[in-house]
Amino acid sequence: MLRVVEIDHLTIQYPDVKAIDDVSFTVNRGDFLGIIGPNGAGKSTLFAAMLGLNTKYKGTIKFFGTDTRKSKNYLKEIGYVPQKPIFEKNFPATVNDVVKMGLQKESDVSKIDEILQLLWIHELSERRIGDLSGGQQQRVFIAKALVNNPKILILDEPVTGIDQQSIDLFYSILKELNSKKNITIIWSSHDLDAVNKLANHVACLNRTLFFHGESNDFFSNDDLVKQYSEASMQEHMHHH
Amino acid sequence: MTFEIFTFSFMHRAIISGIAIAILCSVVGLFLVLRRYSLFGDAIAHSSFGGIALGLMAGLYPLWTAYGVSIVSALIMTRIKDRFNISGDASIAVLLSSGIAVGLVIIGLSGGFTLDIFSFLFGSILLVSVNDTILILSLTGIILIVILLLYRQLLYSTFNEEQAKVSGVPVEKINYLIVFMAGITVVTSIQLVGVLLISALFVIPNVTAIMYGKGFKQTAIISMSFSIFSVVSGILISYIFDITPAGTIVLFAIGIFACTMAIKSAGLLSRNN
Repeated sequence: MLRVVEIDHLTIQYPDVKAIDDVSFTVNRGDFLGIIGPNGAGKSTLFAAMLGLNTKYKGTIKFFGTDTRKSKNYLKEIGYVPQKPIFEKNFPATVNDVVKMGLQKESDVSKIDEILQLLWIHELSERRIGDLSGGQQQRVFIAKALVNNPKILILDEPVTGIDQQSIDLFYSILKELNSKKNITIIWSSHDLDAVNKLANHVACLNRTLFFHGESNDFFSNDDLVKQYSEASMQEHMHHH
Repeated sequence: MTFEIFTFSFMHRAIISGIAIAILCSVVGLFLVLRRYSLFGDAIAHSSFGGIALGLMAGLYPLWTAYGVSIVSALIMTRIKDRFNISGDASIAVLLSSGIAVGLVIIGLSGGFTLDIFSFLFGSILLVSVNDTILILSLTGIILIVILLLYRQLLYSTFNEEQAKVSGVPVEKINYLIVFMAGITVVTSIQLVGVLLISALFVIPNVTAIMYGKGFKQTAIISMSFSIFSVVSGILISYIFDITPAGTIVLFAIGIFACTMAIKSAGLLSRNN
């Protein structure tokens, strides 16, 4: 088993709170890892550190065996889909323009069509990005993330605010990318049912990591699921 | 009379320089508008006023000191904004007022306003020399080549900074490059519309074109077309009726903008068809 991600004793301290507290886990090639945790559990903070957007942390993050602080080359092998892609609503960019932004080599333009077909959005290629629905936009951002044939796809709660039909399609696409193209997927989600169906590994994060292992081991252990649900509920109450 | 104006060499220079500046302002301005930095051109123009006053007082060619002062102050302001987390509009206000303040003090020290100052405030496109025209064409060429070479990085970091960073685009360097190019563009354009109306050429053709274009390149081309039309018509009409070119050019741009709004309100503008 090839280890593609190794996170070792990661701690991220914000002025008033420890956002991530001594978290360690590894991801193997071909894994479909679901990271679950309540709001404010540190999922986006963890991703920001993994993607090199925040380098103020203790511990180490390695991709493909190399410390991310030493080289940014690993980013070429990663596709990233943010929670809600933020862009100027009337930004004059077509679907084609947006996907092309992700392309590292200008010469690979032919890949764009292929990816758009794969995600069922080829008919939208000349539409302006801001004119599409949330679900369609999300597929465009996945296309952008996939256009360089990444080895790892990182998705941060990617279905927030999207209709159920689009979510189902989105999940089936993820499943196919993982099983047919062997793309390692690291995916944070609120949706326990979806994680149960899709992921083969689960990491349960609430500032500290209180579970990491095979999906079956988590979901067959009622105590763990209950513990997670209670933590999540408390956080929910706290937020309201 | 009407066709005679095409025979004057000053008119040839004015129209050629005007077209180059129209293209430059449209392209650089589109990046600024989409970054919600519409008034940045205005701020650089005002800071260049300090540079012009400095040049006139020191007996140097005012545009050279304007290039120096406005580019350096824009870069410093961008650095301060990032370092101390000042919002974009506030940093624009600081840059804008400090340029005018410096200019006014220098003008006071050197004995008051002169005709030269007015030509920089309101533009003097009919007075551009052969050397000015060559300079304008060369700078336009260089900036367009830089934009073509770095097109993906410029577009991506304008679209979404965070995602561009994750894709390995050196976003901070690109931001400074845009500020640098905006500085050069503004000072180069002073001769056409003057310090006071520059932001019109940066903003109006672009906000109009954004209502028509689907993709980025298409929008840029539409914006350039509107801008060139406004500049050439403005120069010709202002000459025929003996009015100020800068004001006429900007009114043409505003006219196209107003027509576009009317077409849009009537429901006749749909990008999806």
